[in-house]
Amino acid sequence: MTDFLGLYNYWIVIFLMMTGFYIVIARENLIKTIIGLNIFQTSVFLLYITMGKVTNGTAPILKGSHSGESHGAEGHGAESHGAEHGQELHSAAEGHLDSGVEAVTEIYSNPIPSVLMLTAIVVGIATTALALALVVRIREEYGTIEEDEILEMDRNS
Amino acid sequence: MMDFIVIPILALLAATAVTVARIRNLWAAVMFTGIYSFLSASWMLILDAPDVAFTEAAVGAGITTILMLATLSLTPRRHRKSGRLSSEDFEERPSKSPLVPLLIVTITGCALVYGTFDMPHFGDPNAPIQVYPQPSFVEKSQPDMHGLPNVVTAVLASYRGYDTLGETAVIFTAGIAVLLILRKNTDDQGTSESQSVTGENA
Repeated sequence: MTDFLGLYNYWIVIFLMMTGFYIVIARENLIKTIIGLNIFQTSVFLLYITMGKVTNGTAPILKGSHSGESHGAEGHGAESHGAEHGQELHSAAEGHLDSGVEAVTEIYSNPIPSVLMLTAIVVGIATTALALALVVRIREEYGTIEEDEILEMDRNS
Repeated sequence: MMDFIVIPILALLAATAVTVARIRNLWAAVMFTGIYSFLSASWMLILDAPDVAFTEAAVGAGITTILMLATLSLTPRRHRKSGRLSSEDFEERPSKSPLVPLLIVTITGCALVYGTFDMPHFGDPNAPIQVYPQPSFVEKSQPDMHGLPNVVTAVLASYRGYDTLGETAVIFTAGIAVLLILRKNTDDQGTSESQSVTGENA
């Protein structure tokens, strides 16, 4: 049960990924295949983004005009104000939340997956555009976008 | 509280993906792909990745849908010799038995689910990805970026600046490739026309 609560995000992503995979291998229409690739791709984005989430975290956009004094902690997670807490912050962030009377703690989710996926989205649209252009060319050349009909023509010619 | 938002979004995501897989009409499938992208953008926003959510909503739900609709309008299946295009021109042909792909997909999915049992749990602050590198980019970007508040922007434009440059090169290359692929036909027509013209002259 704890496994289900802790891992459901991966399973959702795997379900979406397998749906895209199914579309790619089961359908013979070229545009449908590209749609399947897109679904697969988006599910990979979701996989990375779910990994970067920290419980009770917020988006990695730093608040306020506090510069210099603040020391972060908990991996990418937390940032704390108050110099006396600066050293022991590598312990769990929840403790600071519980005992955070004088220490105001902010937990941030991990920015690295977001950065990687921003690049991946843009590269993905480039490959999709190229694939769609190839489909248009194939349609001009063969008169169809069904994969088996195209293979048939290639065998007969 | 958050579960009341997350669970319907995830259910809608799964339902949309299955609908895309089942539906025959390609126009409808493209539209459902746009909905799917938008729903995943919503989930990304809940997962604290607003930058990715914006990009996915603009690029995934916007530009991809437009490109696919443009491609569809160029590749209809002609049922009649003349007349307007109807929705039948954008139907997929019924495919063969889906049993073998379903089997492959199920086996792959089971293997992947088996692999997740070793993964850190959702939102775990002690997962390896949260602990390393030390000090984290959240801490380092503030002195490095002179107080730029958005860490994602700081990492994307500064630490990964060369990668972003390479990404721009990829977009440029893809644009040139698309132009070359789509231009070839008009070029052929042009040369054949000019040849026929010169042939008439001769």
